[in-house]
Amino acid sequence: MPRRRSPSVDPCELRRHTTEGRFRTDGLHRLEHVKPFSALRSPAVRDGMGIGVAVGVAGLAFGTAAVAAGLSPAQSVFLSMFMFTGASQFALVGVVAGGGNLVAGAMGALLLGARNTLYGLRLADLLGWRGARRALAAHGVIDETTAATLAQPDRESARTAFVTTYVVLGGFWVTTTLVGALATERVSDIDAFGLDAVGPAIFLGLLWPRLRSGGLRTWSIALLGAGLALATTPILPPGVPVLLAASAALIALIGPDDGAGATSPEPARGTSRGEADS
Amino acid sequence: MTLWIALIATSVGCYLLKYAGLAAPRRLLDNPWLRRFAVAVPIALLAALIAVEALRGDGPALAWDTARMAGVGAAVLALILRAPFLVVIIVAAATTAALRALGVG
Repeated sequence: MPRRRSPSVDPCELRRHTTEGRFRTDGLHRLEHVKPFSALRSPAVRDGMGIGVAVGVAGLAFGTAAVAAGLSPAQSVFLSMFMFTGASQFALVGVVAGGGNLVAGAMGALLLGARNTLYGLRLADLLGWRGARRALAAHGVIDETTAATLAQPDRESARTAFVTTYVVLGGFWVTTTLVGALATERVSDIDAFGLDAVGPAIFLGLLWPRLRSGGLRTWSIALLGAGLALATTPILPPGVPVLLAASAALIALIGPDDGAGATSPEPARGTSRGEADS
Repeated sequence: MTLWIALIATSVGCYLLKYAGLAAPRRLLDNPWLRRFAVAVPIALLAALIAVEALRGDGPALAWDTARMAGVGAAVLALILRAPFLVVIIVAAATTAALRALGVG
C-alpha cells in the first residue's frame, strides 16, 4: 500500500473535508469572517489566522487560572511558552490550585498531552519535515494546528496552514497569558469575577466538538469518566481522580469499531472518521 | 522550587510526546486498539476535569455552587449556539459574576 493512501492522511478525504465545509462549521473557526487583513487570499493562511487568533486569546483565561491557582506570572508564561498545549496546562494548574500532588498533576497533563502524539503521527507525512525543522515543528503540534493543517488539500498549503496557526496562535497565547496573569495579580477577589467558572468552561469548549460529532459511545466514555472522578474526589488526593477517569476510555475497546470511540480526534475531522476507515 | 521542577519536567514530557508522534513510524496508527484507546482518553479526562472543577469545594469534599454551576450551564448554552471559544469562556465567567453580584450562591 503506498504511503499516501493510508486512511489517516488520504488526500481525497482531506479534500472532502474542505469541500463539505466540515471544518468551517467548527465553532472555533467561525471568527474567520473577521479577516484581519483583507489581502490574505490564501485559504491556508486565513484558516491559520482565524483559528490562531480565536484560540490564542484564550491565553487570557489561562493566565487568569494560573495566577488564581498560585503560580507566578513568570511560571504561567513559562507553561504557555514551553508546554504549549492548553488542556494539559489547565489540568496541571487545576491540581496546583487544589493543593494536590504535583506528580499526579504532571501525570494528568502528560496523559492529556498524549493526544498530540496521535496528531503528530497524522501530520508527519503531510508536513514531510526532517531534522531541525521537525524538532521545531513538534513543539507546535496541538489540537488547533492539526485541525487547520488536516483541512488543507495539499502539502504546500498544509505547511502554510501549520506555520500560520502555530505562529499566530503561539504569539497570542503567550502574550495574553502574560496579560491575564498580570491582571489577575491585581484582582483581590477572584470569585467575584466568576473566574472559578472559567476552568470548567474551557474544558467544556475542548470536549464539545468531540461530543457533538460522537455517538452513544463517546457520551458513555465522557459520563463514566466524570462519574469516576466525582466518586473518588472525596477520598483520593487532588489530581488522582482525573487520572483514574482515563480508565473510562476502555469502553472504546468494546465491540466493533463503529467509529464512535474514534470519532473526531480533533475538530476538523468531523464525523467522517468511521466511513474513512471502513 | 518544587513547583518549577514540576513545570519544567511536565513541559519536557509534553514536548517529547509531540515529537514522538512526528518521528514515530506511521504503522502505529494502523493498530486499531491503540488508536481507539488513545482517541478516547482525552474524552474521559476532559469530562472528568469539567466535573471536578465545576464541583470543587474548599476541601476534599464536593460542593455545589449555584452561581458557578449557572456559569457552566451558560457555557453549554453558548456551545449549543456555536459561539466561539473565547465567547463561551466570557459568558461563563460573566454569568457567575453577575449572579454573585446579585447575591446568588
